[in-house]
Amino acid sequence: MAEEEQVLGKAYDARLMRRLLGYIGPYRRSAFAAIVCLVLGSACSIVQPYLTKLAIDRSIRRGDIGGLAGIAALYILSIVLVFALNFGQTMLVNLMGQKVMRDLRLEIFRHLQRLEAAFFDRNPVGRLMTRVTTDVDTLNELFTSGVLSVFDDIFTLTGILIFLFLLDHRLALAILCVLPLLVAVTLLFKIKVRDSYRRVRTAIARINTFLQENITGAAVVQIFGQERKQYRRFTAVNREHLDANLQSIFYYALFLPLLEVVGALAVALIVWYGGLQVLSGTLTLGTLVAFIQYSDRFFRPISDLSEKYTILQSTMASSERIFNLLDTPPAIISPEQPAARAVERGKIEFRDVSFAYRPGEPVLRNISFTVQPGERIAVVGATGAGKSTLIALLNRSYDTGGGAILIDGVDVRDYELAALRRSIGIVLQDVFLFSGSVMDNIRLGNRSIGAGDAVRAAETVHADPFIRRLDGEYEARLGERGASLSVGQKQLLSFARALAYDPKILVLDEATSSVDTETELLVRDALARLLAGRTSIVIAHRLSTVQNADRILVLHHGRLCETGTHQELLHRRGIYWKLYQLQYRDQAPAVATGP
Amino acid sequence: MNRSRYPLLVLAPYLGRYRGRLLVGSFMVLLTVIAGMCAPWALKYVVDGLQQSVDGSRLFSYALLIVAISLVEGFFRFWMRRILIGVSRQVEYDLRNDFLAHVQKMSLSFLQSRSTGDIMSRATNDLGAVRMVLGPGIMYSMNTVTLLVISTAILVNLNWKLTLLAYVPLALVSISVKQFGRRIHDRFEEIQEQFSALSTRTQENIAGIRVVKAFARENSEIRAFGILNLEYVRRNVSLIRLWGVFYPLMTALIGLSSVALLWFGGRQVIQGRLTLGEFVAFMGYLSLLAWPTIAIGRVINIFQRGSASMRRILEILETPPGIRDLEGAEEPPDAGGALEIRNLTFSYPSSPRPALSDVSLSVPPGKTLAIVGRTGSGKSTLANLIPRLYDPPPGTVFVDGRDVRGWPLRSLRRRIGYVPQETFLFSDTIAENIAFGLESKAGEEDILSAARVSRVAGDIESFTQGMQTFVGERGVTLSGGQKQRMAISRAVIGSPDILIFDDSLSSVDTYTEEKILRELGKVMENRTTLLVSHRISTVQRADEIVVLEEGRVVERGTHGELLRRGGAYADLYHKQQLEDELSEI
Ligand SMILES: Nc1ncnc2c1ncn2[C@@H]1O[C@H](COP(=O)(O)OP(=O)(O)OP(=O)(O)O)[C@@H](O)[C@H]1O
Ligand SMILES: Nc1ncnc2c1ncn2[C@@H]1O[C@H](COP(=O)(O)OP(=O)(O)OP(=O)(O)O)[C@@H](O)[C@H]1O
Ligand SMILES: [Mg+2]
Repeated sequence: MAEEEQVLGKAYDARLMRRLLGYIGPYRRSAFAAIVCLVLGSACSIVQPYLTKLAIDRSIRRGDIGGLAGIAALYILSIVLVFALNFGQTMLVNLMGQKVMRDLRLEIFRHLQRLEAAFFDRNPVGRLMTRVTTDVDTLNELFTSGVLSVFDDIFTLTGILIFLFLLDHRLALAILCVLPLLVAVTLLFKIKVRDSYRRVRTAIARINTFLQENITGAAVVQIFGQERKQYRRFTAVNREHLDANLQSIFYYALFLPLLEVVGALAVALIVWYGGLQVLSGTLTLGTLVAFIQYSDRFFRPISDLSEKYTILQSTMASSERIFNLLDTPPAIISPEQPAARAVERGKIEFRDVSFAYRPGEPVLRNISFTVQPGERIAVVGATGAGKSTLIALLNRSYDTGGGAILIDGVDVRDYELAALRRSIGIVLQDVFLFSGSVMDNIRLGNRSIGAGDAVRAAETVHADPFIRRLDGEYEARLGERGASLSVGQKQLLSFARALAYDPKILVLDEATSSVDTETELLVRDALARLLAGRTSIVIAHRLSTVQNADRILVLHHGRLCETGTHQELLHRRGIYWKLYQLQYRDQAPAVATGP
Repeated sequence: MNRSRYPLLVLAPYLGRYRGRLLVGSFMVLLTVIAGMCAPWALKYVVDGLQQSVDGSRLFSYALLIVAISLVEGFFRFWMRRILIGVSRQVEYDLRNDFLAHVQKMSLSFLQSRSTGDIMSRATNDLGAVRMVLGPGIMYSMNTVTLLVISTAILVNLNWKLTLLAYVPLALVSISVKQFGRRIHDRFEEIQEQFSALSTRTQENIAGIRVVKAFARENSEIRAFGILNLEYVRRNVSLIRLWGVFYPLMTALIGLSSVALLWFGGRQVIQGRLTLGEFVAFMGYLSLLAWPTIAIGRVINIFQRGSASMRRILEILETPPGIRDLEGAEEPPDAGGALEIRNLTFSYPSSPRPALSDVSLSVPPGKTLAIVGRTGSGKSTLANLIPRLYDPPPGTVFVDGRDVRGWPLRSLRRRIGYVPQETFLFSDTIAENIAFGLESKAGEEDILSAARVSRVAGDIESFTQGMQTFVGERGVTLSGGQKQRMAISRAVIGSPDILIFDDSLSSVDTYTEEKILRELGKVMENRTTLLVSHRISTVQRADEIVVLEEGRVVERGTHGELLRRGGAYADLYHKQQLEDELSEI
């Protein structure tokens, strides 16, 4: 949690709401059909109390059994209709909700794919997962129980109001008296509930972040026996979730009964005021009974509306976060009109490049150099000198802070991003394998790479022998992050991956650091043939791996201090020479143990 | 009482902890229901009263009564919700804590056999479904049952024949519940499975986003996600179809009761066997039944989902930790760090071929054993067996003369300082990461001196926030060598008896490597050390060097002995030597 989620500022309910509703747009036909079902459904169920009234006033009081039968038949008809319409409406609304969520999930996922590396430096995996999964699921409520039934509620309300006014306008007005009270109660709670829901959402993201990290890092926790410490930390995060929830429970527990009290006030008004009218003979008893029943039905949608309004607050809390993510503009994107579509020759030029991850901590300073097409370049330097950063700039994982990087004379920022990256094959220092088969990991879902190419790439890096011994060979399933392989084996696989892409420019960042010398030598020889005609940049700590390069760049504290061939650099007696001397002196090494 | 058939039973002890509150809560349910019953009763008086003639003040007091009743009901309802839903959150909290505690104990082979996203979705999404059972589920069912019992009693009292009539459609409810319940369960389980798949995919994609980007694989990732996403929707829809029928059915059934009442009750009124007031009240009570009937549908839905999810949680909770303290585990009295391995043959559960075959080694306290060997020869496997990340077969790995399986896990691991081959740092400050293994708060000085050993102190100084710099997840904001050196500092800070370095200088330049080795030399002086490396320069001064090949020890001896023998080690030496000489030309 490098950076806690910012507490979101002022809530723009209306804007959020409008935006959410925008997602319904493509499905407005089903939305419309659902609304029709809803409205018809409520129309059918509205008549039910009226039928009761008719039964009492027309049939029962008059002793008309035949009429009663007719009314009962109508009643049954309305039940069947309500059933059918309800079913239709449930299906339509839920299907729509599912589709909207599908779209939203995909949109978030797609957006995540466009965001730059720096974004992922700041945001833990667990938090981003929460956005794609649980935050979207929370919106379900909005679409299923929320949005459309608002129409229903409003329709029901209007319908009932008309009925009430037709029945007796004085009583109807009496009922309306309590409405302001309702609005006041709702507004008051809205604020509180929204707040606690925000806390809940943040807590959920933190729980996910913690779980993600502690499951992937379980080995470290176990080795260091820190289960208890991590457990304590987890309970704290979990506790925050609990507290936030308890808070919202408190408000809900208060809110719902209050709504009912308001409803009861209305009934009381009817009983008193209407009762007086019955006494004075200006109202029939049947009308009064109907009124009481209707007032129940009148308040249900109203309290529904209020409750929904408050439930909306929980979905708002989620959607705020989702939209916040969607509104984070990707900092590194393809230009509108790419000047070049693909790398043709592989000439690389760094022009006065400077870069800092964090302001005030420059990592690269004024780096300039040129790599000719087909040239083999090695980059050396002490750890933390900025070597990996150099290549992260090359494929635009980050954009330079100053200066420019040109490939074939075109600024990398003017390349189509995907094309640029496809032209540069990188073996990253941090190996990452996906769970899936060995073959999937080499091809990475790229259909243009044939199985034969993949196998050839694996043979080149001498991964083939160990792959052949796996159960299932190239189709063997690997665990998460390639858990069932040794580290060197993983490294070879990720090496094969870069080769299979047949890139114009090949970048190897410590590509064989965990591989034994024998394999390393074999790989190097095989690679020598493969590198012909390609530009390559090799980063390595073992000088033996870099000395055959056409040119060696020496980085020191973010500056390019020396360049030249192995021999030239040795003669210069500079930093390279110092590094070199040390390596050969350590034939008298430093492990000072034993006698 | 079969747990796999009724997974929700597991919750009993959790609820037991809050039995006091639950008791009060159920009492509140009862009171709420009773208070709710009073409202139609008051209405009955109103209607009956109006037929005879009451005066205005009487009416006014009825009106007041109605408000008063709702206030009392509201009070009880408030406490009912607060207590019962509150308890459900408490249990959720307890359960989630226990879930984590359990996952922490699970062996690596278990964790590797599942994906992180899957385990996570159980701890959040599935737990959420179980929570619904504990809160709304229990509350609604109590409410429903109480309401049903009381209204039935009242209805019977009013008119048992009518009651019977009203209940005929309700009987259909229970039948349909049985029909639907099982299917809801199964379909929901499928949904949760797919949710796991979706989480897993998302988790892996984000964790590996740098690879995705470097190879411009965004589109194929989106495609793959899209497929899972569609399947998730499809499964959801299949459940929706089910309760698309189920819910309206409940409403329809209760509607049928009303019709039955209207028809038969109406006739009774006409025949003068029922007063109109009674009839209206009866109608009122029947509408009281409406809500619980629909609630039954909801409750069934909640319970079925909950039990499907609980089963998924139990899959984890009921898997006993593969590696744990055995009966009578005890720390041996003489601690010095002696390490011994006898005829160790080990295979990973997922692979038929042994990763180690018949390995025997012995490292006296304070000595250094180095292991070299080709990629995949079993070096890391050997190292992992010592702190029991994987359990070795009994009688093969001994620390201080005791089988590691006879050690209490905690004290065994505390004795060992381990630098895993792959560095894992937490998203926390540098200071916290280095002091990770310490029980108590580490002193600034200790952290600094540990940082000096791996020579990462200089790098840290160059950060504006120094020791308080946050490193991203897994340490993404550090360079490869910085991460690795942090891991070295983390291992040495606790002054362990045994140090294990699994190729821990692979990302460090040779210049820094030498300096670190010099510093480490001091740290290793009195400690038993296991040193895995590919570089001769790192291992050559060890007291003994072992060469592994395909899981077997093929050579052993000191640097000099091995060179004289002219075997694999000498070959390796010459290769590295040759490199060096070549470069000098
Ligand atoms: N994502 C990041 N955010 C912030 N700082 C970073 C990030 N990545 C690297 N740094 C810092 O930039 C500096 C250079 O890192 P870089 O990875 O380029 O070094 P390197 O030369 O590749 O080192 P090594 O040989 O150890 O891999 C280091 O001080 C590191 O802490
Ligand atoms: N979790 C696992 N499940 C199944 N097989 C595994 C697992 N871990 C390693 N292996 C296999 O066991 C063998 C030995 O692996 P190990 O990690 O011990 O090799 P290593 O000597 O450390 O190699 P490296 O030098 O590459 O680190 C390899 O063939 C590897 O594929
Ligand atoms: Mg290894």
